[in-house]
Amino acid sequence: MKILVCISNVPDTTSKINFTEDDTKFDTNGVQFVINPNDEFGLTRAMWFKEKQGATVHVVTVGDASVEPTIRKALAIGADEGIRINAEPKDGFFVGRQLAEIVKNGGYDLVIAGRESIDYNGGMVPGIISSLLDMNFVNTCVGLEIDGNVATAVREIDGGKEKIATSLPLVIGAQKGLVEESDLRIPNMRGIMMARKKALNVVDAVDSPIPTADKKFERPAAKGPVKLVDAGNIGELISLLHNEAKAL
Amino acid sequence: MSVLVYTETESGKFKKNAFEVASYAKNVADQMGASVTAIAVNAENAEELGTYGVSKVLNVSNDQLSSFNARAYASAIAQAAEAEGSKVVILSSSADSKYLGGILAAKLNAGYVPNVVAPPESTAPFVVKRTAFSNKGFAHTEIDAEIKMVGVSNNAFGMVENATSANSEAFTPNIGDADFGVKSVEVDKVVGKATIADADIVVSAGRGLKGPENWGMVEELADVLGAATACSKPVSDLGWRPHGEHVGQTGKPVASNLYIAIGISGAIQHLAGVSASKTKVVINNDPEAPFFKAADYGIVGDAFEVVPELIEKLKDFKAQNA
Ligand SMILES: Cc1cc2nc3c(=O)[nH]c(=O)nc-3n(C[C@H](O)[C@H](O)[C@H](O)COP(=O)(O)OP(=O)(O)OC[C@H]3O[C@@H](n4cnc5c(N)ncnc54)[C@H](O)[C@@H]3O)c2cc1C
Ligand SMILES: Nc1ncnc2c1ncn2[C@@H]1O[C@H](COP(=O)(O)O)[C@@H](O)[C@H]1O
Repeated sequence: MKILVCISNVPDTTSKINFTEDDTKFDTNGVQFVINPNDEFGLTRAMWFKEKQGATVHVVTVGDASVEPTIRKALAIGADEGIRINAEPKDGFFVGRQLAEIVKNGGYDLVIAGRESIDYNGGMVPGIISSLLDMNFVNTCVGLEIDGNVATAVREIDGGKEKIATSLPLVIGAQKGLVEESDLRIPNMRGIMMARKKALNVVDAVDSPIPTADKKFERPAAKGPVKLVDAGNIGELISLLHNEAKAL
Repeated sequence: MSVLVYTETESGKFKKNAFEVASYAKNVADQMGASVTAIAVNAENAEELGTYGVSKVLNVSNDQLSSFNARAYASAIAQAAEAEGSKVVILSSSADSKYLGGILAAKLNAGYVPNVVAPPESTAPFVVKRTAFSNKGFAHTEIDAEIKMVGVSNNAFGMVENATSANSEAFTPNIGDADFGVKSVEVDKVVGKATIADADIVVSAGRGLKGPENWGMVEELADVLGAATACSKPVSDLGWRPHGEHVGQTGKPVASNLYIAIGISGAIQHLAGVSASKTKVVINNDPEAPFFKAADYGIVGDAFEVVPELIEKLKDFKAQNA
């Protein structure tokens, strides 16, 4: 089984988000970049398939050279080979189109992406890949078993879970729950050393429309101070919620 | 030209977000001098959408579609957009709509912008405001494609009445076997309880509650309010509550009308995922807890005293306002 894990290089979850160049660009100054958390759950599951079922695992990121440390980290965790598509990931359709090209040419059986990237928050890339290539697709995936060509997945739905029967080739949108939090791996020295020797192939982007463009960013308006209600006067909270906030 | 809106149903009845996205579609259509056509699957009372400005409903009745299937539904919506010549397609931000959104965007070659919080700032060029960076920022995004797809955030636009008479027509899309490559085998779902995605009110609790045995009062508070229950990440990691209740940047997003946080410190990853809620209340015994900086109302106090009393007072309030 050949697995491709799509990894988005995103600001660490503790990052303060600022904008620059007249609010037209994200300010990367002082920001630490990491593997998108949803993709890390996916990569961890891919490692399980590698170790238990002999799968080959490649990772891919669309981005400029600055994303390579993130790809190396995935290699240090255990992926066999890395691919970087040399282009700025401007829009979900564009990224999906680039990744679809890699999937098609590489003959992957399973494509693991994240449910959503925590920077762009598009939640669309895995769906786009699946649709461009006519592959089966399970989103918000919290369980995946594969036996030959047959896949059994669990999807998180509003208020519960859905068990799904499908087959390879398959795309999933991974999220928390796909693996246990305690299974996530921090690369060790040996992994880091080995990662240096693994292939990281850089490929050019293919032609694709870029149908959306972020023209300007904005930070959320500063919040007014909290209204504190005395613990001995809970009735007041209810009346504020009812009369002022109109929330009850 | 019509603006096409996908209005979701659950067992034949429209979900609340269906009326929200219909209201949003009407706003867009008015800006563009167009009308609103809705597509719905197995809707029992399609005419209801008229209240929110929809003038035509393409109602798909097909037993194969009685349970949600992203690819088949996307296929139906794409065919409706084609039949209607729609250049703008509106979706909600529900898990189902997000599931089918990418598939549909690829089918229509559309520019798709999800998490949109306001009506288009202009329609030529077509520019919308969306959340980005997990609610830590907003982007003003231009869609430059023949077909534009907008995913409207929950509770961002609201329901706006705009009485029109809606004409319902049967619509029979061509759906093939390939669309059913993903089959639902079994659904395990709590019924009759508000879900985090749909609830007006979400009651959420954190590690301050000390252990799973103390969740009775959280559930009771949620019951009194008709609210969904949620929790912070460590609470689900510790197995005190199911993963599906974990909210925040790496859990479910919350965009409710009212969010009540009990014994939650307000870490940046937690706040990122819940800050889209309109009114936030925090109950915490540490006045320095960061959540107080992000909340609208707060009580500094011990949850084990405050919550039971809040439940009693809310019962009185509900009895008086029934
Ligand atoms: C990559 C990453 C992603 C993350 N994603 C998320 C996420 O999506 N969602 C999320 O929630 N967290 C997330 N976290 C974890 C986050 O950083 C915090 O650790 C977590 O939110 C803390 O949970 P808590 O508030 O329940 O616990 P704590 O921080 O331990 O806070 C407990 C609070 O309860 C209060 N308290 C104690 N006793 C009482 C009492 N008797 N009455 C009232 N109050 C009391 C305390 O004052 C304290 O403020 C993430 C972390 C990382 C590194
Ligand atoms: N630049 C990128 N390179 C590789 N994969 C990506 C990139 N952007 C997004 N993805 C994948 O698509 C998923 C969803 O991203 P998004 O649609 O941006 O929310 C991510 O979790 C990744 O798996």
